[in-house]
Amino acid sequence: MQPIISISGVTKTYATGFKALKEINLDIRRGEIFALLGPNGAGKTTLISIVCGIVNRSSGTVTVDGHDINRDYRAARSLIGLVPQELTIDAFETVWATVNYSRGLFGRPANPAFVEKVLRDLSLWDKKDAKAITLSGGMKRRLMIAKALSHEPRILFLDEPTAGVDVELRQDMWSMVRRLREDGVTIILTTHYIEEAEAMADRVGVINRGEIILVDDKAELMRKLGRKQLVLELRSPLAAVPEIFSNYALELSPDGEKLTYTYDNQSERPGVASLIRDLEAAGIQFRDLDTQNSSLEEIFVNLVRQEANPARQEA
Amino acid sequence: MNLRAIWAIYRVEMARALRTMLQSIVSPVISTSLYFVVFGSAIGSRISQIDGISYGAFIVPGLIMLSLLTQSISNASFAIYFPKFVGSIYELLSAPVSYVEIITAYVGGAATKSIMLGLIILATASLFVPLSIEHPFWMLAFLVLTAVTFSLFGFIIGIWAKSFEQLQLVPLLIITPLTFLGGSFYSINMLPGIWRTVTLFNPVVYLISGFRWSFYGKSDVSIGVSLGMTVVFLLVCVAIVAWIFRTGYRLRN
Repeated sequence: MQPIISISGVTKTYATGFKALKEINLDIRRGEIFALLGPNGAGKTTLISIVCGIVNRSSGTVTVDGHDINRDYRAARSLIGLVPQELTIDAFETVWATVNYSRGLFGRPANPAFVEKVLRDLSLWDKKDAKAITLSGGMKRRLMIAKALSHEPRILFLDEPTAGVDVELRQDMWSMVRRLREDGVTIILTTHYIEEAEAMADRVGVINRGEIILVDDKAELMRKLGRKQLVLELRSPLAAVPEIFSNYALELSPDGEKLTYTYDNQSERPGVASLIRDLEAAGIQFRDLDTQNSSLEEIFVNLVRQEANPARQEA
Repeated sequence: MNLRAIWAIYRVEMARALRTMLQSIVSPVISTSLYFVVFGSAIGSRISQIDGISYGAFIVPGLIMLSLLTQSISNASFAIYFPKFVGSIYELLSAPVSYVEIITAYVGGAATKSIMLGLIILATASLFVPLSIEHPFWMLAFLVLTAVTFSLFGFIIGIWAKSFEQLQLVPLLIITPLTFLGGSFYSINMLPGIWRTVTLFNPVVYLISGFRWSFYGKSDVSIGVSLGMTVVFLLVCVAIVAWIFRTGYRLRN
């Protein structure tokens, strides 16, 4: 199926000479939730801003549902709703006026019933006549989302949607994102909260210093790059890891009752079987064993650290 | 053409004018009334007629132009600077609107406000001095043309400005002096030779002269030249705006 967003060879160099993006190639699939992960200043917001038409790119092409974002900007932009990172609203407008303004700006005919539904879904209906300046931070964030959804977009960009947001709103937002996805809306979120990507995303892209260093299905990514841990509960505590196991990089818990072996499950010889054989041979018995996948966060931190090795790119 | 977007922006701009009624309407009316009291009655009563027109009536077109110019600039520059300043401009830039539509909406909003203001000042003036308008069509034409031209100019300033200080700079340091020296309160024919020539380089002279002609049928420079200069300035502004949008100057960079 044709990707809903296709970014190819996009670069951005600011007037200061700062290279914010270097050759970005990325396809977003229709109907997916795509998480773009990256540390601060990696180029996430610049990339989104280019796709949405806020920032001019230096080179490359971007199409949205087959429409070039320059030649056919009306068709491209009509499909997109954007919730930016900063809470930027005309403070003196009422909630009702500003959401209807957004809808009009995107060329949609007035539809009070739809706008009411959006406001109700975001628990903003009670505040519809309130001026934006009187809203709390969380309410302003909801208002930004309402504005982005007011014109019924097919693609929703959420730039750091849950930065500085309380637990309740975060939960609400996640369920909203899932509902939108059920309606077929494609969602691209940037975040540096890894648990957000882990909980929500179908695919994950990692961007660092203006380069996409990896794109993959979340599950696949965790399988491929995940480091696994084998935890053994010992029958009798050990004082120290015996010398003969120095090859295995074992860790002993302070009480001496648990041995943890960290390994790469991608490796041809993860060493689990031989470790168990060697433990038996050394007379160390265990009651139970458990394996754990590493979290996306660890994967991410590892990737960003491996700056010298961009060979894994797979856009 | 995204007419709904034009209407949405225009409506927000007009709503702001109503919200800031005191600032946008009442204060210029008060200051104009003060000009009439001071120049029209107190000082004006001691000045003989100019071109056969009483001094109080003579200054009306200049006073309207003074407000029209400064208000068109400040309305339009603020309208585009404010969303840039608070960041809400992202929405405008990401919306399916063309540059022509953006300009039409913002400049239309700013010009509407200043034309309304010009008419209110005209009505206020008629309470103080006997007015006659010989060429009502041209009076309105100059009013609209000037409001649109200087709203465009204000839009350019709003895009260029990086701070509130810069926003005030051009109106304060350039427009107000040019208007005062452009024959608002006197006929440029009253100036000694060299200064009259120097004054002809002031574009505002042509606006005021043409506008006064539409009232009293008398002008400092020929009406054709007045109209021509106004249109030239309009075209210069259009060209600059076109360049701004083509390059994304201070908007999309």
